[in-house]
Formats: sequence, structure tokens, C-alpha cells
Amino acid sequence: MLLLIQYTLIFASVLVLVALGGCFSEHSGIINIGLEGIMVIGALGGALMMKYLPAGTAAPLVIILVILASVVVGMIFSLLLGVAAIKFNADQTLVGTALNLLGPAIAVVLVRAINTAESVDNVSSTVAYGHAKKAFILNIGKFEFNWFMLLALLILIASYVILYKTKFGLRLCACGEHPQAADSVGINVYKMRYAGVLISGALGGLGGLVYITAGVSEWKFENGVAGFGFLALAVMIFGQWRPTNIGLAALLFGMFRALSNVYTGFDALVALKLPSTVYNMLPYIISLIVLVFVSKKSRAPKAEGIPYDKGQR
Amino acid sequence: MSKEPKKKESILRNSGVQTIIGSLLCIIIGLLIGYIVLLIINPGGAGKAILAILKNFLYYPSAVAATKYFGTTLVKASALLMCSLSVLFAWKVGLFNIGAAGQYVIGVGACLYCGLKLSMPWYACLIIAIIAAALVGGLSGALKAYFNVNEVISCIMLNWIGLYAVNMLLTKVKEQSTPYTRPLGSTNKSALLPNAGLDKLFANNEFATIGLILAVVMAILVWIVLEKTKLGYELKATGMNKNAAKYCGMREKRNIILTMIIAGGLAGMGAGIFYLTGIEQWMVQQTSVPAMGFNGIAAAFLGGSNPIGVIFSSYFIQHITSGGSYVDKTMYCTQISDLISAFIIYLCGFVLFFKMWLNRYLNKRDEKRAAKEQKGGEA
Repeated sequence: MLLLIQYTLIFASVLVLVALGGCFSEHSGIINIGLEGIMVIGALGGALMMKYLPAGTAAPLVIILVILASVVVGMIFSLLLGVAAIKFNADQTLVGTALNLLGPAIAVVLVRAINTAESVDNVSSTVAYGHAKKAFILNIGKFEFNWFMLLALLILIASYVILYKTKFGLRLCACGEHPQAADSVGINVYKMRYAGVLISGALGGLGGLVYITAGVSEWKFENGVAGFGFLALAVMIFGQWRPTNIGLAALLFGMFRALSNVYTGFDALVALKLPSTVYNMLPYIISLIVLVFVSKKSRAPKAEGIPYDKGQR
Repeated sequence: MSKEPKKKESILRNSGVQTIIGSLLCIIIGLLIGYIVLLIINPGGAGKAILAILKNFLYYPSAVAATKYFGTTLVKASALLMCSLSVLFAWKVGLFNIGAAGQYVIGVGACLYCGLKLSMPWYACLIIAIIAAALVGGLSGALKAYFNVNEVISCIMLNWIGLYAVNMLLTKVKEQSTPYTRPLGSTNKSALLPNAGLDKLFANNEFATIGLILAVVMAILVWIVLEKTKLGYELKATGMNKNAAKYCGMREKRNIILTMIIAGGLAGMGAGIFYLTGIEQWMVQQTSVPAMGFNGIAAAFLGGSNPIGVIFSSYFIQHITSGGSYVDKTMYCTQISDLISAFIIYLCGFVLFFKMWLNRYLNKRDEKRAAKEQKGGEA
């Protein structure tokens, strides 16, 4: 049971971070379907930082540097979407999809190049970071507390405050609802949209880092992040683009994802004798069902997905 | 004399020509970026590696081997062509079928199960693969039409559900000692697509079957349906404005579902004409959705979302993807081609902007010329 809570919390942290990233981006008016790719790149940045940090580095320093690496790398990568969608009016779904394909491709090519350079026979796409990963974990009794859980909670609260209580957040939302109106009162829509995309890049990258440090101490980049970026989008839609609801939705989805890791610990579930594949499918099936129920009256930002054209009225 | 440049202009203004120029630019820039990445990884062999990717089967010095591997590339390209037709068809109706990958997987599961377990002949396997994939596509369409579920998200979820379900299904027909499904050729010969003499054309490559012809025929059919029939017109109208289509008396919900059914069927057929050649066995422990469907997106946009253009772009994408396996593996990895095709998709996002820019540039040039002529007249 404790294990289930632990995994639920860590997977929920991933989903909260990435879904909030998507939330910021969509409130600014840019659909970010590329979160999956951003997660992979963020994970790559974090993993490489952990790999190359000297063994004796102090734990707090490790945490800060690794987080910084994945956030910065995620932001840079998200700029690919930002520039294409904001400056060049490209189709956001298409570019987002390209990001999803680019992320894993870049990661695999880079990691394999590094591995092959270390020894010619090593053609795997795996990065091991067992040593540095320990910095993130605090054992409280049998419960493995991960600093990311706290971080995710703090970011969730911060997002709520920023989106609803600050000038910046309200302006951001205005750009996603009615950019022409926002522009008419002197808000720079382009700047706001860049801000939204960059925040989503930062949170997406961080989410990717949390995902690969959840439970394992090495990551095979050929696997990408197994559709977690899209699960996060489902969480965002289920949470109706609101931080508090996103938090709750993430907990629910996180639990279903955690079940596939720990279902063997429950006698009742083992007695059902379902193949493990069923538990792997579960989060996706649940999200599909949930989407059926919540998509009808969607509270999506009204202008999302439409390139901003100053001349249009 | 003044007539000639005018003629040249009209060619540049032609939307089709602009698309071709845009696609070629995407390819060139994509390859250039790939080359730069290779240079960064290891400057020594970058030139050779990019040449290996571009040469693909020409890597073999003997003409017989090259012809044979040309055939293999074509077989893979035919499956890719079907996937990109699937993406393209949905795109024409305003839907983004990122689920081609999952529908393809479902098609693989259906045709291999029918072929290996139920010992059905090839045409039955192919039809069942098409139907199964069409149903999955139709599910996404129905969710979109009746529940307003974004088709991109539902397709992605179905991709993963499909992958795990097919893994579970095909475990029943796998070889005892390996994670691969039993080879189709030795288990059930009647499930193999007929060669129809095509194997002779490609140096006895037994994988060259009527699938190659079927794929091209389907591309032409898709073009006819989209451009020359009432159904195609209705579907495109629905894609442009759902509400306007409804107002004109078109059944917009039916159209969305029908589109996704056809798109799914096309992807399923791609799976059928690829796996029913016996060229590959499915690995039942696969943890990622096969790249075929995603490369289909690249091919669809690179081909200017034109069914005939897609024939060429699919071949090109498959050509460089296959070519990736010939790079020097002591320095680089085969995924470099995935990187290049991903960049090409990214660049395809700019084609629209490129067209706009080109038109603006042409307008400006015309204006200048007109002003000049006027001045000349005055003087």
C-alpha cells in the first residue's frame, strides 16, 4: 500500500508538472502537442548532467544543477515550437508532432554517439545515473520521499497564484481567449505567447526529468517517455485548464499508472489473473473514457491553435 | 522579349510548383542539418555517412544485389505510402490522424492472427486487417463527432492501447523460443500475397508482391475520390467548416466518422501489404509504436498533401530511412535518418509561410516592374 502511494505521488508529480506546462501554453493561445518530445529532451538534459557531475558533489548542488539542466534544455527545445508557431504562423499540431518525433530522435542519436565514443561495442541508448539520483531521495521509514513531490506541489500552488492573482497571468489568459482585445489594451500578444511556450518548455523538461528518476536509475532513451506527454494533455483537459483540478486529475491518473508497477503487491488484483499488459493499457483506457465525459463542455481557451494575425478583426 | 519573364513568373505563382519547391527546400535543409549533426558527432566520416544514407541500396557494388534491395525498399515504401495516404486523407477533411501508427498496428495484429492462427488465405487476411483498422479509426472519428474528443489525443491513447492489445493477441502465435511471431512463409503459404511475376523484376526478391501495385492504385483512387467525386467534395467541405457543411444539409457527423474509417482502413491495408509478404515478424514484446505511422505524417506533408506527390515523398522518406542502416556503425547510429525525417516534418510547417513570402516577393517585383514601365512610358 505504501508503495502504491509512493508511486502514485511520483507519477502524479510528473503529470502535474507537464499538464501545468500545457496549461500555460494553451492559456497563451498555443497548443503544445509537443510536450512528449520536450519531456524526452528535458530528461536527456537532466540525465546527462547527473552522469557527468563528479561523484562527490553535495546533494543540494546536485539537485539544483540537474533541475536547471533539464529546465533550460526543455525551454530551448520548446523555442522550436514557439518560433515556428508565433513568428511563422506554422500549424501548431504539425510542429508539435514534429517535436515529438525530434525529441526521441535527438536523444537516441546523442546518447548512442556518447556511448559509442566511450567504447565502440556499446551501441545501447541507455544512460545510467544511479549515483547522482540518490540526492533526490529521502527515506522516511519505508517511504521513499522524493524532493520532486514537494517541488510539484509548490509549482502547482505557484501556478494557481500566477494564473489568477497576478497581472502576468491574467494577461496571459487574455491572449488565449481574445488576442485582438488583449492587443487593443496594449498587451504584446507575441511576447505573452513566447512566455507561455517557454514556461511549458521549462515544466515539460522538468516533468521528463522526474519521470526518468521515478523508480529506475538508468534510462533507455529509445523508449521515449511512453506517451506520458499525451497523458498529461488528457490530465489538462480533464482538469479543464485549471490548476487545482489538474492537481486532482493528476492524482487519479497517477494512481492508475502506479498500479501497473505495483499491482503484484495486492492479493485481490493478483487473484484476478489479468495479464500485466492490461495494467499497462489501463491509464490510456481510463483517459479515453474520461475524455468522453469531459470533452463535451470544454473550457479550452477560445483562441488556442489560431496564429495571431494583427490585421484580423 | 518581355513575354518570356512573364511566363516564368506564372510558373512560380503556380501553387503546385511552389509546393514542390518548398518540399525540395525542406529535403535539402533537412539533409544539411543531418550532415551538421554527423559532423558534430564525428567529423571524420560525416561525408561518407550522409552519402551512405542517400545511396541506400546502391551501397552494394553488384547490380543484382542492388536491384534486390531496391525491391525491399519499395516494399517498405508501399506500406509507408498507405500510412501517409491515411494521414493525408484525414488531413484533407481537417483531421490530424496521428493514429495511423496505431491503426497500422491493429492491421498487423489482425492479418498476422488470421494468417498464422486461423490459416486464412491472403485476401481474407488483408480484408480483415483493413476492417479492424477501419473500426479503430472510426472509433476516433465517432468520439470526435459525438463527444468532441480531440482526435489527436484519442488517437494517441488508441495507439498505445492498440500496441499492448496486439502484443497480447500475437503472443498466441509466437515462436516458442523467441519473442517473434512464427514466420508466415513456413506456417501458412496461402497467406502470402501473390508475386505476380514482380519478384523476377527485382532479382528474385520474393517480397515484391502485388502489394506494390495495390499501394499505387490506392494512391490514385484516393486522388479520384478527393478530387472527382461528390463524396470527396462533401468531406472536404466538412473539413473546411463543419457548421457551414451542416447548414448546407451535409451530415457532418457522418462525414467525420466516415473519414476516419477510410483513413484507418488505408493504414490497416498498409500493414496487410507489408506483413503479408512475410518480410518481417512481429516482436511481441515491442514497447514502442512502430515508426511507420509517424513517418507517414512526414511523407504526407512532404508530398504537399497530394496523393500523387505522396507516392514520391513516401519513397524518399523510406529511401533515407533504409539508407540509415548503411552508415558506419562504429561512429554513428541508424537513427540519424529518423532525425532527418523528423526535421523534415518540422520544416514542412514553414512551407505555408514560404509560399506567402514567395507570393509577396513576386507581387513586389511585379509592382516595381510596373512602376518602372510606367516611368519608361512617361520619359
